[in-house]
Amino acid sequence: MNSLLRLFAILRKEIRQLRRDRLTFGMIVGIPLLQITLFGYAINTDVRHLSAALADQANTQLSRILALDAQASQVVDIIRRVETPEELETLLRRGEISVGIFIPADFAQRLAMRDRPAAQLMIDGADPLILAAARQLTDMSLRYDTAPRPSADAALFEIRNYYNPERRSVVYIVPGLMGVILTMTMVLFTSVAVVRERERGNLELLITTPVKNLELMVGKIVPYIVIGLIQVSLILLLGVLLFHVPIHGLIRDVYLASLVFIAANLTMGLVISTLAKTQFQAMQTTFFFFLPSILLSGFMFPFEGMPRAAQYLAELLPLTHFVRLIRGIMLRGAGLWEMAPEIRALLAFTLVTLSAALLRFKKRLD
Amino acid sequence: MTGGYAVTASGLTRRFGALIAVDHVDLQISRATIHGFLGPNGSGKSTTIRMLCGLLSPTEGEATVLGHRIPGESEAIKRKIGYMTQRFSLYEDLTVRENLEFMADIYSLPRTRAQRRIDELLEKYELSDRQRQWAGTLSGGQKQRLALAAVTVHEPELLFLDEPTSAVDPQNRRDFWETLFELCEKGTTILVSTHYMDEAERCHRLAILDRGRVAADGAPQELERRIDASVVEMETNDPRTARLLLADLPGVLGVTQLGVRLRVLLDRSVVDPLAEVHARLFGRGLRFEARLTHANLEDVFVAATHGRYLKARA
Ligand SMILES: Nc1ncnc2c1ncn2[C@@H]1O[C@H](COP(=O)(O)OP(=O)(O)OP(=O)(O)O)[C@@H](O)[C@H]1O
Ligand SMILES: [Mg+2]
Repeated sequence: MNSLLRLFAILRKEIRQLRRDRLTFGMIVGIPLLQITLFGYAINTDVRHLSAALADQANTQLSRILALDAQASQVVDIIRRVETPEELETLLRRGEISVGIFIPADFAQRLAMRDRPAAQLMIDGADPLILAAARQLTDMSLRYDTAPRPSADAALFEIRNYYNPERRSVVYIVPGLMGVILTMTMVLFTSVAVVRERERGNLELLITTPVKNLELMVGKIVPYIVIGLIQVSLILLLGVLLFHVPIHGLIRDVYLASLVFIAANLTMGLVISTLAKTQFQAMQTTFFFFLPSILLSGFMFPFEGMPRAAQYLAELLPLTHFVRLIRGIMLRGAGLWEMAPEIRALLAFTLVTLSAALLRFKKRLD
Repeated sequence: MTGGYAVTASGLTRRFGALIAVDHVDLQISRATIHGFLGPNGSGKSTTIRMLCGLLSPTEGEATVLGHRIPGESEAIKRKIGYMTQRFSLYEDLTVRENLEFMADIYSLPRTRAQRRIDELLEKYELSDRQRQWAGTLSGGQKQRLALAAVTVHEPELLFLDEPTSAVDPQNRRDFWETLFELCEKGTTILVSTHYMDEAERCHRLAILDRGRVAADGAPQELERRIDASVVEMETNDPRTARLLLADLPGVLGVTQLGVRLRVLLDRSVVDPLAEVHARLFGRGLRFEARLTHANLEDVFVAATHGRYLKARA
């Protein structure tokens, strides 16, 4: 009973302080707003309309169809037509085009024989994003290669892409971004909130009062859970309104998943608060945790493409599991139970960090 | 219960690595008295207080606070003690009243009683018209009054005050001590640390701490009487020269200049201090007049610390 009273006292104090802390308050709303517009509008990993030139030496019906299809894919815009591959090279070198498409005179023959590639793509591969985009084209011609009877409207565009048919990266990014924003704010807020209390000497007074460790920790965490859920709502709202991000799964599942993830980050923040002596150190340590999270979780780069060691490391980070979880729910409409391994991983992380924080916190009181 | 003692300690020791911050301190603090800790910076006042209120565990030795062994039973005393930290430790971004409300809630005071008690404290510590002000914007003296109000919300039996008046002007310091005596009369035991002689003088008992050890212990008047040194007071036309001459006279513990007067503290081993002083200054072209006098607390402090801090300053 008294314990509950003390818990409420801490909660009330925390909320009063939060209301007055303009900076933190601004960050609660500002970070999601900034990040989502930044990632949604400015950062576009979805490259289209690469300028291209075409050297069609075959000039048959088939070769013209190939060129038309390449154009129709929107990956390239054919802005020039030239005669020879050498001219294509020159244009590439000058930077006037990013892609050169060369269709040799024996195009039809090559297609039939299938011993050599039928056509050639010349790519300015300096920018890996362009390279990746142009790969879509090779995909296309490959399909063409394997088609024994190339009919005019053969399925050149059968690119298997169920979940994001428009290949819009923002749809893919927003769910993950939710995790990134929560990681950043939740870990930072709790670690700083606890360390601030130590740094300002409040803790020295508190320890000599009847307040228990657990009351203090829970009292510190609960307001941030609420804040985390507010952020989730904000991101969802912005994602849906601005970028038409679909939510194929249940809203309830989205919130439950977020709740588990928020808990994992808050307890991580508590652990950091027991390691750091000053607010500045808490910020540094948070960043130290945040950086691998954002890089390895699969939010930025495909998980599959990472080296083994990095993958193992990534499995230890809550963001990795959340990114899988939330993409599953929002983009593929998966149910929470279908994603049980990720939920389990997040719960395990929360438990381990909470115990670590409680253990370490006790020591610090001494 | 340990008789009439609120606090007892024997051999209380705390090390930080190689440093011995508190070195075998023995203490006996009677109930409803004001006990002072007088000591220079780093002498272990705060560390001793922290151990007694269960913040730090002792490396060695034992202590009993309000009948409970420390640190084993430190949870049991938390409702009965109040600890005013050396540094302001309330929330600067909460108002005066909110801070007091927080403390009242922490000590589980019922709502109505809490409000009444807070009003009473605000009145008593002259903070009523500041109650909506953020604690961080209070003046040094106001902060200190608020801190005292906050740690007495629950009417503790035992108060630890760590340099409570370090940022307070003399008038406010006097007022502050008035309230301490009031609390004491109502039965509160107070352990207070200080740098100020005039404050130390007001305590019922005093422990002079020096490099972690209790260098002297007793009632202030008793300490002055018992002092292990003699005091020569003199007036001279050239106090600077006289001071320099006397400073390295064997047996001199310290020379303090007070305007045209000098206070010379000599070790008991000097059989005739007045004669020694005369012999030293004679024939140096100085005019002076010297006599033996009673020791004050500052003399006690200088003698107890073997003049270490005076000489360092001179
Ligand atoms: N947590 C700590 N870690 C290491 N050393 C410490 C710690 N706390 C105190 N000390 C050292 O112990 C010694 C005694 O410190 P303490 O704070 O008790 O002195 P004090 O008498 O309160 O001094 P002041 O008058 O300056 O407040 C000092 O030398 C200090 O540096
Ligand atoms: Mg101190």
